[in-house]
Order: sequence, then C-alpha cells, then structure tokens
Amino acid sequence: MKKPIAGGSGSVAGLEVALPHPRTSQASPLTRVLEHEGLLAAALLAPTILLLGVFIAYPFVMGVWLSLTNTSVGNVGHFIGLDNFVKAWNDSIFRTAFWNTSVYTFWATIFKLALGMWLALLLNRNFRGKRLVRASMLLPFIVPTVLSTFAWRWMFDPTFSVLNWLLYRGGFIVTKLPFLSDGVYALWCAIVVNTWRGMPFFAITLLAGLQTINTDLHEAASLDGANGWKRFWYVTWPLLKPVTLVVVVFSIIQTFSDFQLIYVLTGGGPANSTHLLATYAYQIGVATGLLGEGAAISLCMLPVLFIVVWLQLRYLRRLEGA
Amino acid sequence: MNRRSFLIGVGAGAAGLEGILAARRAPAHAQGTKLHILRWVDFIPACDVELKRQAGDASKALGAEVQFEFVNGNDLQPRITAAIQSQSGPDIIMMLHNWPHLYANALVDVSDLADWQGKDQGGFYAQSQAGSKVGNQWLALPHGIVGLQIAYRKSWLQEVGQSAWPKTLEEYRQMGMKLKKKGHPIGQTLAHTFGDAPAWSYPLLWNFGGMETDRNGKTALDSKETVESVKFMQAFWKDACDEGGLAWDDTNNNRAFLAGEISCTLNGASIYIAAKRGQDKIKDDKGEPMLRDIEHGPIPAGPKGATAYHVAFSHAVMKYGKSQKLAKDFLKWLDGKEQFGKWFEVAEGFSVGSTKFWEGAPLWATIDPPMKIYRQAAASSRMFGHAGPPSAKATEVYSKYIIVDMYAKAVQGMKAEDAVKWAAGELKKIYG
Repeated sequence: MKKPIAGGSGSVAGLEVALPHPRTSQASPLTRVLEHEGLLAAALLAPTILLLGVFIAYPFVMGVWLSLTNTSVGNVGHFIGLDNFVKAWNDSIFRTAFWNTSVYTFWATIFKLALGMWLALLLNRNFRGKRLVRASMLLPFIVPTVLSTFAWRWMFDPTFSVLNWLLYRGGFIVTKLPFLSDGVYALWCAIVVNTWRGMPFFAITLLAGLQTINTDLHEAASLDGANGWKRFWYVTWPLLKPVTLVVVVFSIIQTFSDFQLIYVLTGGGPANSTHLLATYAYQIGVATGLLGEGAAISLCMLPVLFIVVWLQLRYLRRLEGA
Repeated sequence: MNRRSFLIGVGAGAAGLEGILAARRAPAHAQGTKLHILRWVDFIPACDVELKRQAGDASKALGAEVQFEFVNGNDLQPRITAAIQSQSGPDIIMMLHNWPHLYANALVDVSDLADWQGKDQGGFYAQSQAGSKVGNQWLALPHGIVGLQIAYRKSWLQEVGQSAWPKTLEEYRQMGMKLKKKGHPIGQTLAHTFGDAPAWSYPLLWNFGGMETDRNGKTALDSKETVESVKFMQAFWKDACDEGGLAWDDTNNNRAFLAGEISCTLNGASIYIAAKRGQDKIKDDKGEPMLRDIEHGPIPAGPKGATAYHVAFSHAVMKYGKSQKLAKDFLKWLDGKEQFGKWFEVAEGFSVGSTKFWEGAPLWATIDPPMKIYRQAAASSRMFGHAGPPSAKATEVYSKYIIVDMYAKAVQGMKAEDAVKWAAGELKKIYG
C-alpha cells in the first residue's frame, strides 16, 4: 500500500501517490491557527511578552507611578506631579549621592578597563598553567558580592583592619588609616572593591575578543617593523574596540546602579558621604518608608544611563559602519 | 485541667485568654495554622534560644505552629516596609523605639492587651507608652526596654586618676583625653546604626538643652544650645574618641571593648554579660577575667542636666495577617508573667521589663553589682521628638539619622553652626 504524502498533489516520477489537495482537505482549527503566520508569531512571542511585562514593564511603570505620588509605607499615595523630583534635587544628600555615583562609576570603569585589558593581554600569551590561571581569575566575579564585600569590610575594619596592621608592622604608617571612617577614603575603598570584583569580567571578555584577532595581522605588523606598543595601538586596539565598548556599556550600567557593595561595605556612611543613588533610594524608600521619594531618587538614574548608553551605542554603530 | 475547667476558664475570661493561661493550653486554632514572628538577633544569644524553646511550648499551648525568625536589627525596618507593601509576611514584627507611629496604618489595635498587661504588671514605663501608644490606641504591645549605660574599664580609669565616674560631660572629655593618650580611647559610634548612635546623640543634645521640637511639635533644633552640644562633640571626638567610630555599627564597640581596644563605650549590658559568659577567654592585660574590671556609668550631665535614651521594644500584630486573633493570644502568652519571667531571667538585666513590676524581680537581689544600674534605668528615658510628641515625624527623623549625622558631619570637619543649620533644614522639611 502506498502511503499518501502530505503536501503532494499527484504522482511523482517513481512514486505513485494519492495525495489530498490542501485546498480541498479539512484542516483542524489548531492547524489553521498554527498555519496563520501572524497568529503563530503572536503565540510564540506571548510568553516572552508576558515575562517582560510582569518582571520588567510592570515594576518600571509602578516605579514611575510611585515617583509621582506621595506614597509612604502603609499609606495610599496621591498624585503630586514632580514634587518628589524637585525635593530630591533640593536635597544635599541626593546631590552628594549623585556626585558619588558619577565618581564611583567613572573611576571604577577606568580601572576595570585598564587592569582588565592588561590582564587579558597577559592571559593571551602561552604559559604553563594558563587554563588554571584563567579559571581562577574569575573567582572574584563568581563569589557572591555580599560575601566578598564582607571579607573586604573586615580587611578595612576601623579597629581590626589587617591592612592597617600590615602597614603599621611594615613601618609605612604610624596611625591607623581611616579606611571606612572617612568619607573620601571610604569611597575610594568602594572603588577598589568594585574594581577587584569587576575586573575579571572585563578581562575574560577582552580575552575572548583578543582571540578572534588573526595572528597574521600581528606577524605582518612585526615584519613592517612595528614594536609591541605599535602592534597594540594600530592592530589590536582598533579590532578590539567594538568588544570593549560593549563591555564598558555593561559595566557603566552595573556600576552606576550598584547597591550591594556600598550597602555592605559602608551602608552609605559615614554621615551619608558614600551613598550612591541606589543606596540612598533604598534608605529613603525602604528603610524610612517614603516610597514615592525613594522611587523618584531611583528613577534619576534613568536619564543619565540612557544618555551614556545611547552615545556609546551610536559610536559602536559608527565603528561597525566604518 | 480538663476540658470542662478550661471552658469555665474561657467563660470567666473576657476573651478566653484567662482560660488559656489557666489551662496552659489554648483552644486549638485551625489545623496547620502557623504564626510567624520576626525579631532582631538578640545581643544575648541565650535570649533567642529561650524564645525558640518557648515557641515549642507556645505551639502546644496555642495549637498552632509558632516560628521565630531573627534578623539583624538594622534590617528590621526594610523588612517591615516590604511586608506592609506586599501585604504578606510575618504575623508579628518586633518594633524598636517609636516605630509603631510610623507604621500606624498597618498595625492592629492591641489596646485590650496593653490594658491587661498594664494592670497585671504595675503600669508601663513612660518610654514604652511613648513608643507604642499612638493617640488613644496601643498599636504594639510593649515587651522590654534595653537600657544603655557606659561600660568602662575601672583599672584604666584609675590609671589616669579617675577614682569615680565623671559627673559632667566636660569631666568625661577630660578623662577621655588622658585615656586616649595612654592608648585607651573612648569608643562611640556615629554611624547609621539603630541603637548606640541615637542613644548617644539624642541625650547629648538634650543635656545641653537642645531639642528636636518644642512642646507643640514645631522644629526647635536650630539653637545656641544645640550648637554648644555639637561643639562639645567635636572636641570630645578629637580629644577622647577612637575616630573609627564613624564606621561602627552596634556590634563594633562590643568587639573593640572586649578586645581591650577601647576604655569606655555607651552600650547595653551585653558587653558585661559576654565577658561573664566567656570569662575563661576574655581577659584583661594582666591575664585576669576582664569581667572584674568592667563597671557601668550613666551618660554624664551637660549644662542642662542628665538625660538618657533607652531603647523600647514591642511587638506589633500586622493588619495583613490572617491569624490576628492567634497573634494576640500568643502575645498575651509571651508577655504573661510566667513566660516573660523565664526570658527576663535569661536576659540577666540586658533587657528589663516594660512595666515596673519587673523592678521587683528576684533577679535583682542576686545580680552582679555592675548590673544594678540597669534596674530602674528605663524610668528615666526620653523619647525621640522631645520636647514635642513622639510622632511619626520623629520616627522619620530617626530613620534618616539626621541628629546622628549632625554630629557626624561636625566631627568630620563641618563647622558646628553649619552642621546644626543643615540638620535644622532637614527637620524643617519633615515637620514643615
């Protein structure tokens, strides 16, 4: 017995088939839906849209709404327009937090990029134990931030700091350095910890980028008499720029909205001097219960991040176009 | 006790609770009912162990599963906000200070329980009432008060010629200056931490005659007296204190004191109790148990007298909770003389009762002499917002650590007048 083949419409050389004509056969409703391109696309997209809607759009819209109300813990809020934003702008702690966030993001990103690049170039060479070193380099990135920051907090402890002890024993200092009890020191300590934690992400991503660069290009440059720096500047760097930009964009977003590290390391202190926008928003919104004001402070991160990311992606597109 | 006598007890009691207490067995709540209680991690770990033990007894007595959850004291307020906004979470949450004012709309009225406890145990301290009573309603049932006194090393004070505890703040500074020169500074936190920082900053303000608000609740911080208190703090900090205190939470000074790094620190009695329980390990510089060298003194007087701040603790039943009746039954069980008495014994004076009844507890007859100062300390405390009412706005000022930061900014170099102006401006935004 010859089996009919779906989709056929007559006999084909060597095959004798009796196929139903698609127009004449009666398809099930489900089949009809699935064969409809628009409906199928909607069905496939629905779970993603649902997830994005529930976990991204809804909280975002709620955040925007809260920022326009005077909602506080346990009390229903009323629409107050932009009052929370005006209040935030007139708040000296908010301005400190905004400045801190910018300084923290700028320097941490610079350090992570420089050290990450240096590390990636080192790891791109051949040496014994290369794989082990590459894997262990990721440890700071793998360890939960809260855990590693606690360890750093102990190292910077005002009374029992091992760093102070080492510096004192080594004869470098005569009194303790105020790692966490001085606002300027504390912010730089936070930048150091952030760099330590974020550098492996830069290094591993840049290393992946480095490995896509054809070694022939370096050999050709060497034959033309280029030294190590020139090979890096004229060969490696231009080819690595797109990857670097993507990593920098990610890093800026993560660092600008950082919360855990400061929360554990300094709690925003001393006297609010190390608050970032995220930790200050948390203190006002969650700890104090002024949810509207907290949401407004939090939302102030959005335009800054939007502009930075937009500029960088625009530059990236130009690079790709070139 | 059989079922009949239990029911008689229930009939006699207004809400059946006397029956529960008489029977030591409550009417069973719906099977599988759970009661979730959120508290801080106690500075006396044995207190939490005792509560967990009592949870087992309560589960049997109430016919429901009673579970305690303990979190760091600094994490309580975020947990409360999250629970109230999501309308889910613990059935009972521990409140500190005057927090019930801030969360008033989310808390169940427990005035009936407060009336019972007040009558049963000789009346509440004003501090407990100020913390838990909002208008005419009790929105949390007071549980205890943690007294804060200055723990100090007797021998080190004697080394600098201080035979008695300083009577004035100026004397305290002078003494601290000598101690710091000898490598034994005073340890005082000025960080964002729930207990020790406000318990120092507020009395310092009051002892100089400064106040957060006047009697009508209007901002009164910007005054000559406040400036004087800030100037004192600047000198005291530089001359006498361990400057690392700007980054200390409520546990750092305990560790520093027990490690022999500081000579004096404002604290609950947890330092003394820890030294007592660990006397085999915690030694002084001569190798003797440090315990023998520890004494307590009050915050010395300023130009306008001596005041104190002791932390009031209470338990609030959350409105979103599905087992409010069970929660109230549990609180009555927990704060009854029998159960609280056991917990109070374990606390060894670290936490005293919220009512005067506990001043007469047998514990005080046998307690170590350095602990006797805590017995009546709770009676002398003021509440946030002074001289005005302890309102939700006062809680907001506390939660933002404005008074603490006023001093912290000044010791970091801001001019005293500017620090006061900044704090007064922040208060104005809150009080209007």
